[in-house]
Amino acid sequence: MFYMFSGIILICSLLTITTRRILRAAVYLLCVLLATAGLYFMLKYQFMAAVQLTLYAGGIVVLIIFSILLTSHITHRFKHPDLVKLIMGVSTALVGGGLVIATILSHPFQTGTTSELPVNMTEIGNQLLSTGKNGYVLPFELISILLLAAMIAAIVIAKKDKNKNSEI
Amino acid sequence: MSSNIYDFSTLTGSIHTWLSGMMSSGWVIFTEMVLVGLIFLLMYALLGLFLVYLERKVCAIMQNRVGPNRVGKWGLLQTIADLIKLLLKELIPIRKSDALLFNLAPFIVIICSFLAMAALPYAKGLQAIDFNIGVFYIMAVSSLSVVGILLAGWASNSKYSLIGAMRSGAQIVSYELSVGLSLLAIVVFSGTMQLSGIIESQANGWWIFKGHIPAFISFVIFLIASTAEINRGPFDLAEAESELTAGFHTEYSGIKFAFFFLAEYMNMFIVAALGATIFLGGWMPFHVGNWEGFNQIMDYIPSVVWFFTKTFFIILIIMWFKWTFPRLRIDQLLTLEWKYLLPISLFNIVLIAFIVLMGWHF
Repeated sequence: MFYMFSGIILICSLLTITTRRILRAAVYLLCVLLATAGLYFMLKYQFMAAVQLTLYAGGIVVLIIFSILLTSHITHRFKHPDLVKLIMGVSTALVGGGLVIATILSHPFQTGTTSELPVNMTEIGNQLLSTGKNGYVLPFELISILLLAAMIAAIVIAKKDKNKNSEI
Repeated sequence: MSSNIYDFSTLTGSIHTWLSGMMSSGWVIFTEMVLVGLIFLLMYALLGLFLVYLERKVCAIMQNRVGPNRVGKWGLLQTIADLIKLLLKELIPIRKSDALLFNLAPFIVIICSFLAMAALPYAKGLQAIDFNIGVFYIMAVSSLSVVGILLAGWASNSKYSLIGAMRSGAQIVSYELSVGLSLLAIVVFSGTMQLSGIIESQANGWWIFKGHIPAFISFVIFLIASTAEINRGPFDLAEAESELTAGFHTEYSGIKFAFFFLAEYMNMFIVAALGATIFLGGWMPFHVGNWEGFNQIMDYIPSVVWFFTKTFFIILIIMWFKWTFPRLRIDQLLTLEWKYLLPISLFNIVLIAFIVLMGWHF
């Protein structure tokens, strides 16, 4: 199962960046995210998997597809990139990937000896809002404020100017 | 208390031991997966066909007609005849469409409803997977089906389909919030997201009765919002026949169209089953507090019967909506969600949290 999921992730990631149709790229991205959720299910971390499904697959990809639907046409194809850009991009990716693989291979991994922790909803909730040790209340509140600011900004941008469009 | 309800896990357990006696553990898991898959496929097809029949009959009764009555007794075989017709129809390939995505879209929609069905508890001990985040899982999986609808609309390269898909996308994304919040209300009451845990917590009364008025409010919000989320009337803007011919599945024919059609009805079943499980106690018989004698009598009705009775009760309500209310306009639809349902459900959640904190519920 692991090889199947990682195979899907690898192939779909490659297809995402090589396809010339924008909506297909979004669909391949969706496949990558779904396979990642599958990996989380294999780890028996269902909460993370469901978060992955709701946020990334159900939320972000839907927004991406939505914006594609609004802006682009079905016959649109991306042009092939210049040779120079292609070589530069591929070489950057190769160097980066090589670094990551070299680090992983040089790190001595040991089989974990700690017992499996039950992922309890109550525990996650308490931890998220606790102010004590390992509590996440500060990042939680900061992210809330950031989201609020983003939402207000979106409303301000989308708001029509009453003086200019008085006929609406 | 509820000791004499038949527990299906004894049946599934005995099947498991019988299979384990014959083959190695890997093959047992494989065989069980295949068996469960086959049962779900069969149930999916039969329920889908029956729901289409039921819809036509209900619609006929509301409009003072007879409805299907020629094929089989009371027209019961009508939908099977329709299915055979759909299977024999030609699949028309659309030129200038994105063939890959065009063919993929019906499968995405149908796979999502299959995934959601897996986590539903049908009777005591009869549940394919019991996640500890069951409610959240079903929400997550059902939010994926909108991708299929959007792809279908875009890939068919037709104006009607595109407009239908856009409408449906806006509608599903916004009504998902209300569905989630109304389900969260009961999660706050019962203190767990596990579907079996939620049902066990209703052993002394269903949440719609135990949770005072806020639970009833969230039930009503759940009914409205989930009707919108499954694209049914009066919220069926995505396929408004009079404006968009058929919305996002205008260009589909034959069995691919049937997939969309079937998935729509099965989504209705899933939503109704979820509502029945969360608010009406799922397979839990009608119990009142500590009236032992009354509860004992109620336990004699099998849990499967309770589950399907409640589910079909909600399905009938949803059908009643469709055939009595006129279709909303898109701006009215979004106003209803963002200006009324969402603030009400947010306030409702705060209220429920307060009730639970003070321990005022039963």
